[in-house]
Amino acid sequence: MKVNHILMSGIAVLAAAAMAVAAPGSGTVSGKVTYEGTPAKQKPIDMSKEPSCAKEHATPITTEGVVTGAGNTLENVVVYISAGAPDGATAPAQAVTVTQKGCQYVPHLVALQVNQELKIVNEDQTSHNIHPLAKSNREWNKSQPPGSPAISEKFDKEEFIAVKCNIHPWMHSTFAVLKTSHYSVTANGGAFTLPNLPPGKYTISAWHESYGTQTQDVTITGSETKSISFVFKAKAY
Amino acid sequence: MNTKVPSKWMFLLSALAILALPSLSAAQESHIGKLTGRAKPGKELYRRFCIGCHGLRGDGQGENAPYVTPQPRNFVAATFKCRSTVTGTLPTDEDLYNAITRGFNTTNMPSWEPLTPQQRADMVAYIKSFSERWKNEKPGTPIEVPAETAVTVESINHGKELFQKLECWKCHGPEGRGDGPAASTLTDSNDQPIRPYNFSVGTRFKCGTTNQDLYKIFITGVDGTPMPSFADVIKPNEAWDLVHYLRTLQVARRGPESDLMKAQGGSAKDADKGGK
Repeated sequence: MKVNHILMSGIAVLAAAAMAVAAPGSGTVSGKVTYEGTPAKQKPIDMSKEPSCAKEHATPITTEGVVTGAGNTLENVVVYISAGAPDGATAPAQAVTVTQKGCQYVPHLVALQVNQELKIVNEDQTSHNIHPLAKSNREWNKSQPPGSPAISEKFDKEEFIAVKCNIHPWMHSTFAVLKTSHYSVTANGGAFTLPNLPPGKYTISAWHESYGTQTQDVTITGSETKSISFVFKAKAY
Repeated sequence: MNTKVPSKWMFLLSALAILALPSLSAAQESHIGKLTGRAKPGKELYRRFCIGCHGLRGDGQGENAPYVTPQPRNFVAATFKCRSTVTGTLPTDEDLYNAITRGFNTTNMPSWEPLTPQQRADMVAYIKSFSERWKNEKPGTPIEVPAETAVTVESINHGKELFQKLECWKCHGPEGRGDGPAASTLTDSNDQPIRPYNFSVGTRFKCGTTNQDLYKIFITGVDGTPMPSFADVIKPNEAWDLVHYLRTLQVARRGPESDLMKAQGGSAKDADKGGK
């Protein structure tokens, strides 16, 4: 009988905890990511070895290691809650898509959750191979000729995965696989926003593929909007 | 109702019983055919024969590693080139056993055939202890290799069409000499330069010697290298056509495929004409 009591109270505690985790909040953390200094010049990409892609670009495109905007803002920065939010958020049913077009990955960086479906599409006239250079997740490598169906994959560990196509060595992407559902990728203008935060103490991380990671702690008490900013030091190379 | 044993003791007893269960033994044993390999004797063999290159921790950083190209396999990362399983999944025990037995063509990994089958099976069991993956994942399902289709001119010509359509030549070159447009920029997953296989200079592959081995190479991909898996884009009977064509690119080798082309009055070189 005592064992039964222990079991029942254990289940009750777990149920209460599960309900507490599910409650959404109304606080927001938002801001901008900028850089100081002079970023290295991005190099034009020579696609002459792949004429079917070269002709898609009237002027040659450049590498995308650092993409900047007006006001010294930085694009492709993944801003996310690295501590304080409950981990293991259920992956959304909605898939995230990355497209190979003009021998480039569009978008350049894809953020998704652990176990969320990633769809990889080839819209080019040439084959690509998709090779996520994962270290924590499994490393696989698949060929995707033109006209073949989308490749569907998922990743079960948090990791910033460098991705390349071996056939076209200028192609680079990152799959940012995150445990949290609270993330925002900066676009043109460098802005990010993390809404629906319950009260609590959070560590916000900002990751950039060339400039590394920065963190800040933010406390949310209610429905306020906390404004923070990240400033990265530009590298000369 | 009252049980005879007080409930707190029941709890303790069941906890001890669970702890006493043998831990997941899959990582400590290997099964290859009728052989069962064990990690304990495998460890002694590893220390004697493997540690110099593959390292004390199995991470490919043995004392010979700085002088060796390509780098020795990192068993901690557990990404393996020669498998019968889907890309990204663990190899079977037999895959590892075959790799040890064959060695790796054009590398510093020799054939360990002088060791007995039991010894090689024991080494497989020990190697599996280096990575957490062997505790958390099961090996991938081995792919089905259907019975080989007949070697005919039609099969070889269809294989040549596939070679063009799937753009193998982008890395391997139009005659499979490893001189395609992308060949000089290839790097493996550790950013080390790597060359695509040159069909014209040898008869052995990195992962075997037979048509069945060749079939598995491009269907499962060579993990850790630029060579992807074509499992989703080649149908099984078409895969045999590609195998037969690829054999004709091995101009240094005499085989049924090259004999057939010669009998038809052609050769591997002629088979390549007019197809680009």
